[in-house]
Amino acid sequence: MSRRPYKREVSKGGWWLTQPRYIRYMAREFSCALIGAYVLVLVTGLWRLSEGPAQYEAWLARVESPAGRLFAVVAMLFALYHTYTWFQVTPKAMPLAVNGKKVPGAVIVLGHWAGLAVASVLVWLLVVN
Amino acid sequence: MSDRTVELEILRYDPEKDEMPRFETYTVPYRDDWVVLDAINYVKAELDRTLSYRWSCHMAVCGSCGMVVNGEPVLACHAFLRDYPARIRIEPLANFPVERDLVVVIDDFIDKLGSVKPYVVAKEEKSVDEGEYIQTPGELARFKQYTACINCLLCYSACPQYALNESFVGPAALALAHRYNMDSRDVGRSAREDVVASNPGIWECSFVGACSEVCPKSVDPAAAIQQTKIASTADYFLNFLTPWKKT
Repeated sequence: MSRRPYKREVSKGGWWLTQPRYIRYMAREFSCALIGAYVLVLVTGLWRLSEGPAQYEAWLARVESPAGRLFAVVAMLFALYHTYTWFQVTPKAMPLAVNGKKVPGAVIVLGHWAGLAVASVLVWLLVVN
Repeated sequence: MSDRTVELEILRYDPEKDEMPRFETYTVPYRDDWVVLDAINYVKAELDRTLSYRWSCHMAVCGSCGMVVNGEPVLACHAFLRDYPARIRIEPLANFPVERDLVVVIDDFIDKLGSVKPYVVAKEEKSVDEGEYIQTPGELARFKQYTACINCLLCYSACPQYALNESFVGPAALALAHRYNMDSRDVGRSAREDVVASNPGIWECSFVGACSEVCPKSVDPAAAIQQTKIASTADYFLNFLTPWKKT
């Protein structure tokens, strides 16, 4: 009897295509790239604003162009997916117990959505006024 | 025995003959209440006595019969044939070296499990005469789900992080570390920290969550690891703010 364990290789680049759950994970991770890109656009706007009204107007025109709007919609869809996936897993990372009783995961998730709604309304009021 | 049959494509590897694993197909008649393990037992008893695999309890308690069935890590005793198509591919657990056929080498896991001290480290050892270590139901509830781990290693088979980086301590061992850290009778948390709070420990986990999805005992190792990350981060900042207090 000789031992000769066989090691099966894992594809370094293609592992995430082998299971739907891995693809979902990669989509979740990738969504932050679009959020990052959107933040860059906003920061560029601030920078242009500091350079004067003409530069700011030019930036605004680009953001409001059809391509700019399309980018905003795609970025928002990814941001919503990102938010959804992370809110779904918060009960795992931060389980809550009140008076020794476990708070149901759905309550924690809904609490996060409610918090997001309140924050969004506040920001909207701030921008509109 | 019914006249329904299932084709089992089983990964075979004989280290004394085979250069690399290959698949062999067996046709097995089965009943509605048969699980994959029953079909494999049939192959061993009736068709090919050389087939090697591990099993013991046939009731999802011992954790021996973990295999990959149609790409999914499952307990073979917990997977009904009726839920599968007529052709089933059976492989050993992924991410572990194949010893022979469906048997894998789990030494790496056993070493890692030992490294997290998976037992109660009591503040003071008591003799039996001094009585038991008292714990309230509330204190038990904090970690009870993590005690359900049967070390079946489905989580390691599902974990892409472990697949790509063998040094990762991995889901089950980290979940068990968390189980003892959360135990009110235990004071071993700082002794576990060198392994648990290291890079190959919790920080290698990127929260794919596959471990929890495949766990047959609803242990939820992904949750345990994320909670340990939060506790470890709190430790870091507390140490930073109160350097005179050595935790």
